[in-house]
Amino acid sequence: MNRPPPARARPEPVQVIKQRRDGALAALTGNVPYIGFLGIRFERHGDELTATLPFSDMLIGNPLLPALHGGATAAFLETTAIIELAWALLWPEFEAGRIDPTTLGPDTLPRLPKTVDFTVDYLRSGLPRDAYARARINRSGRRYASVHVEAWQDNRARLFAQGTGHFIMPHRAGQADAGDD
Amino acid sequence: MADADPTEQSPARSPDFAKQYISALPHAMALGMELVRIDNGEAEITMPWDERLVGDPRTGVIHGGAVSALMDTCCGAAVMSHPDNAGGTATMDLRIDYMRSATPGQMIRARAWCYHVTRNVAFVRAEAVDDDATRPVAAATGAFTFEHKTPSGVQA
Repeated sequence: MNRPPPARARPEPVQVIKQRRDGALAALTGNVPYIGFLGIRFERHGDELTATLPFSDMLIGNPLLPALHGGATAAFLETTAIIELAWALLWPEFEAGRIDPTTLGPDTLPRLPKTVDFTVDYLRSGLPRDAYARARINRSGRRYASVHVEAWQDNRARLFAQGTGHFIMPHRAGQADAGDD
Repeated sequence: MADADPTEQSPARSPDFAKQYISALPHAMALGMELVRIDNGEAEITMPWDERLVGDPRTGVIHGGAVSALMDTCCGAAVMSHPDNAGGTATMDLRIDYMRSATPGQMIRARAWCYHVTRNVAFVRAEAVDDDATRPVAAATGAFTFEHKTPSGVQA
């Protein structure tokens, strides 16, 4: 018979993990006034984020249809992209215990990536109901990142808008000044 | 501007109509936008600095999304006011270049103009500045749906 495997470190209790990760997400998103202004919320499954833009009358651009304002849609996509990127940068930091999410406030929050350009492709009218978005980081280097975002409403397969943006990564202390990764 | 369905039309016919229409956009109103000038395929709209629109709490810089909304509204207004426009408009595609952070506390002023229209499409450019008008904050270029008054008279 095989011997039992050597004892491993006990996994962290699930509540501890969730508290840390949800705390980090709340700190990241809760300190940006514009996210609160639009009412955008982020839901987390593991490290995957889904953004929700709950419908409100002030998001309307065309009262005759009615339809979401293209600017509100653009802002939703761009916000989702920035938070995804910041989240991907922060995740290893708080998972390794280098950043304590409970200490993150408006003044101690790590710097957010800066948008260089953002292109929105409007595929169909934004309906007067909740919208969802998920971002995918297509490239993330030391200085630049390229992120794609998809937004949908009732049907995940029927996007109402998609966007692509380029971002400058925030400078991180202690970073090796080597070539782009 | 706002909606994205190229099949939708609204009965805008004159600069006057466009002016009322823009000021009736709930999202533009929520962002504090004011239409300064709209005429002949060109529009100018301002958006004051507002604490609620801040994207970076450490610096007080307005979120890029709010600037996008301003650019989109301004481009849409320019299309609505084009003398050859027979209908409403919807954004098909809009790209924003963020050239520098807008100075906190300063109003942002966007100007958009239709640089080419065809039977079905208006090509629009826009530029946004703060108090230092010599250094633009952002630039935009977009394609908007367009219904030409005399479709037989233009090349597609």
